[in-house]
Amino acid sequence: MITLPEIEIVQKHFGKAVHDVAVRSLKRATVTIDPESIVNVSRFLFKDLNFRFIIASALETDRGIEVLYHFSLDVSGLILNLQVILDKEHTEIESLTGLFEAANWIEREMHEIIGINFRNHPNLDKLISEGNWAEGVYPYRKNEQRAEGIRSENSEQ
Amino acid sequence: MNKIIPIGPYHPLQEEPELFKLYCEGEIVRDIKWETGYNHRGIEKLSESKTFDQVFFLVERVCGICSTSHPFAFANCMEEIGEIEIPARAKYIRSIIGELERIHSHLLWVGLAGHFLGYNTVFMWAWKYREPVLDLFEMITGNRNSYAMFKIGGVRRDIENYKIPGIQETLDLLKRKTNLLIGAVMDDPVIHARTKGVGVLSREDIINYAAVGPTARASGVDIDVRRDDPYAAYPLVSWKVITAQAGDVFAKAEVRLLEMLESISIIEQCLEGLKKEKEGGTEVLVKEIPEGMGTGRAEAPRGEVFHFVKTDGSNYPVRHKIRAPSYVNIATFRKACVGQTISDAAISLAAVDPCYCCTERMAVAYDIHTGEIIMNGAGLLELSVQKTLKLKS
Repeated sequence: MITLPEIEIVQKHFGKAVHDVAVRSLKRATVTIDPESIVNVSRFLFKDLNFRFIIASALETDRGIEVLYHFSLDVSGLILNLQVILDKEHTEIESLTGLFEAANWIEREMHEIIGINFRNHPNLDKLISEGNWAEGVYPYRKNEQRAEGIRSENSEQ
Repeated sequence: MNKIIPIGPYHPLQEEPELFKLYCEGEIVRDIKWETGYNHRGIEKLSESKTFDQVFFLVERVCGICSTSHPFAFANCMEEIGEIEIPARAKYIRSIIGELERIHSHLLWVGLAGHFLGYNTVFMWAWKYREPVLDLFEMITGNRNSYAMFKIGGVRRDIENYKIPGIQETLDLLKRKTNLLIGAVMDDPVIHARTKGVGVLSREDIINYAAVGPTARASGVDIDVRRDDPYAAYPLVSWKVITAQAGDVFAKAEVRLLEMLESISIIEQCLEGLKKEKEGGTEVLVKEIPEGMGTGRAEAPRGEVFHFVKTDGSNYPVRHKIRAPSYVNIATFRKACVGQTISDAAISLAAVDPCYCCTERMAVAYDIHTGEIIMNGAGLLELSVQKTLKLKS
């Protein structure tokens, strides 16, 4: 079992909020946390441990909507994936834009393609499909009904 | 009242469709808004319907210029999931392709930056010396862009040892010409006047926007995936990461120009490495990719390319997330541009090197006197075949 000092510090600080830890190698680790503590853990990683936010990925699985926030510690080459699992019916989480500007576009994109609602995001307008995609239809949901209304009136004209 | 000056979506300076609205008060830019998505191709979604071998050809088309960086990151990612170790020869070849790409991409940028400043001599020179690099690509891979070199477990083509002296010859030429360009750009008072103190990004801005690549390194943020999270042959050769402190357009130019010399040095060391390895044996057989998830990254000319893939034991990705460096770098435009004059906006944007596609080679031309077509599609193809044959011989 490989242990990483950064992961141990996170576990010590956020005891109960950390649900699961999977260390794959000295450079790759995934930590599953409670969605409510995403801002606190991200702040700790970003401000105290000097991690850099790379990007976030959202995907739909049987467990719900999983969001992975990928952080990089450039001095050691470690990629730490901060994973939260959201309920499919209640896809809401706090925005990270208050911590760093880098979260702005990707949260807009995730809102648009998979339907996650980010609380306190300054602007959740569509980023990539403005004007040619229907409201409330999320292309990256696996079981999305695509029978009708996929295109908005805008593009039919 | 603010006047809105649009750059794009179709603009001679920005050959890719993207709209920047500059809200100006007199000459000064006060705010900026952008619209993207004019050319959204849904590559992440398409990838879910392709087999892993096909995904390489798909991600190669994310960017027309750095067309090896995405396959590079994807290969790193899949090899992490499958725990695959590739042969040393394949590592060297991967690094050679990656570094040649960096040289041609930086030369392209230097040319465009000169063009944006109205300094077309730099543009002509830089693009002239970019051609030999593309010729090298054609000799090694058969293509000027979209080289189709990468696969899980290795590379698709070998660089045979008899080709090495020819490559070295071109590198010698490039070394001379890069030094010439460095002299021409770094000592030119006009370029100093137009780029120093323009589009400044502080260290804090870079961290806040999580910018990467030469954009970050020009502001004193010393990050480079090749060194921090080593892959391919980078741990086997010696080189240094170029940084600058000023954060302005000039510093970004300086970083890119000096990086080209480092790239040439890396390629030379890789060629030496190739000579020591036996020819052939450029791949390992990969039968299947297990269930799991992986993250792969590679240092593209513009910065870190990041790929995240989740697999389920089948032959297709379940989810494939791609983060190109321009995604985070373009967002810094707000910081670089607001408060500056309109005339500096174009070069401030160009300084982060947003992607352009560059596969054009020549145009169909008519004789102005007779109206005859000098070159048609078949003739162009024939010419291309002849050129390839000539390079191979």
